[in-house]
Amino acid sequence: MIPLPKPLHDIFRPPPTPGVLGVFAHLDATLEAIRKLRAAGHGDFTVYSPIPRHELEDALGQAVSPVRMFTLIGGIAGCAIGAWITLWMSYDWPTVVGGKPIGSVPPYVVIMFEMTVLFGALSTILGIAFNSAFAARRLGTIQWDPRFTNDKFGIFVPAAPDKTAPVETLLKGAGAEEVRRG
Amino acid sequence: MAEPRVTYDFVTRTIARTLGNPGRGYFLLLGAAVTLLAGGIVTLLYLLRYGLGLAGYSHPVYWAVFITCFVFWVGIAHSGTLISAILFLFRSGWRTAVYRTAEAMTVFAVMTAGLFPLIHIGRQWYFYWLIPYPNERGLWPNFKSPLIWDEFAIGTYFTVSTVFLIMGLIPDIAAVRDLATGWRKKLYTLASVGWRGTNEEWRHYTRGYLYLAALATPLVLSVHSVVSWDFAMAIVPGWHATIFAPYFVAGAIYSGCGMVITLLVPIRKLFHLEDLIGVHHFENLSKLCLLTGSIVGYAYVCEYFIAWFSGNPAERAAFWYRAFGPYWWATWTMIICNAFLPLLLWVKKIRTNITALFVISIFVNIGMWFERYVIIVVSLAGEPYTTWTNAVYNPTWADWGIMAGSFGWFFMWFLLFVKNFPAVSISEVKEVLPPPRRAPARAGAHG
Repeated sequence: MIPLPKPLHDIFRPPPTPGVLGVFAHLDATLEAIRKLRAAGHGDFTVYSPIPRHELEDALGQAVSPVRMFTLIGGIAGCAIGAWITLWMSYDWPTVVGGKPIGSVPPYVVIMFEMTVLFGALSTILGIAFNSAFAARRLGTIQWDPRFTNDKFGIFVPAAPDKTAPVETLLKGAGAEEVRRG
Repeated sequence: MAEPRVTYDFVTRTIARTLGNPGRGYFLLLGAAVTLLAGGIVTLLYLLRYGLGLAGYSHPVYWAVFITCFVFWVGIAHSGTLISAILFLFRSGWRTAVYRTAEAMTVFAVMTAGLFPLIHIGRQWYFYWLIPYPNERGLWPNFKSPLIWDEFAIGTYFTVSTVFLIMGLIPDIAAVRDLATGWRKKLYTLASVGWRGTNEEWRHYTRGYLYLAALATPLVLSVHSVVSWDFAMAIVPGWHATIFAPYFVAGAIYSGCGMVITLLVPIRKLFHLEDLIGVHHFENLSKLCLLTGSIVGYAYVCEYFIAWFSGNPAERAAFWYRAFGPYWWATWTMIICNAFLPLLLWVKKIRTNITALFVISIFVNIGMWFERYVIIVVSLAGEPYTTWTNAVYNPTWADWGIMAGSFGWFFMWFLLFVKNFPAVSISEVKEVLPPPRRAPARAGAHG
């Protein structure tokens, strides 16, 4: 772990959340556990997976990521900036080039298009970073296992230390290989 | 149920192994690349000391090997984005094993291409004149000039393809981080920006990745179109054609697929990736070559036909000069390598023979370099309305030195990348595998 200065530490290393971590070797076992947890009224658990799977998304019933709004706003802003710099700069020092109007929109479309893509892409990256960071902040520091980036699936269910037993039974019943408290 | 040979764990470990000691072959290649780069740097120092006169410029040919190399390298970049973004949108599963290599090739090829306008301007310390800022007289750049479009296009392309590459790398760096030790662990911990693979991370990541691909798709088509307009907007016969944008885009993808094959064959051998990159990946790449090569061949036919059909004496003279003038050898190299050679790929035996594909891919690269040489140099040298200015241009040692240096620069970055970062996408290769499931019998026995 890399030490972080105080304000960054508070943002990126929030205090630990108590709960139960289940490690799964199989996708269908993970899906079964997710369904059972949702049926038992748990809604705030975290699923770890080495790859994105639509089955997991569907079982979790996740809403569409708000990243798309970042892309849209970034793209529109880029297009507007492209139009603004070309037109404003042309009229700021009017020079006739090739007998064409000072502000000729058709050649400026190229700049507008490139700026749309540039700003759209950069704001998409910011959207992913912000949304993931906010989600991590909301979850707190939770149990995790390095095998989750390789071949195991995991579910972390936040639970007070005296209420972990039913969750442990549920995860084991669904087929967890390993269940541990954190 | 028998365990399949290629499991998630197998994929992670096979790809993580490429980060280990790659053996002598790798270091020989890297040494060769660095030597070429050093030669290029020495040539550049000579150019700085004695000026651009060392390059073979002679009136009216002032756009020569440097601009040829610029277009060549931008073209190489294109198939990377085609494979990583366009085929992603088309959901083609085979791209997963090769797209990371192609994507890295894109970034390094654009980095290489970007050097050439700087070398070409001669006074590199004034490069910032390209950036739109008000100079001391309050003048702004001319946005009606395709050179300014090009700057925006290449700048955007470099930025977007770099973030696209880094985005794709994050989950894979996290995967190798969890196997690594020592200084690499620290590097990958930092570079994986805390990736853990939570459902929230994947939710935003997959959406964002989709939009990045959707933005990169029109971008890649626009970039080479804009590069082609650097020429097509001018009234030089041989340049001033509406066909240029699609013609250049097809040529770019053709040369890029050739370069992907050229790069993948040694990488696959050096890093023992035969289990992940199979013959069918090469076959699919060669089919892309066949498709785009055919478009390029068609564009050649079109160009000559229109030059004749237009009845424009300048156009006719320019194309006659191309095919039968002093540069006939360059033109016919280009036509044979780009229009006829890919026809061999109709044969399945050749498409599935990796040695044959490697040889063909090198000729594809040569052919596409000559295509740009023919379009740029030969069109300028043969400008028929200024016959009295015609001069036979020949590249000098300075041109070749810079060009060799650019290959060294490109291969150095590429080799360093494949050694230090996952050269095949770990998470995406896993995505096309069947996920691990419990044996069907277990469901009944359970509980």
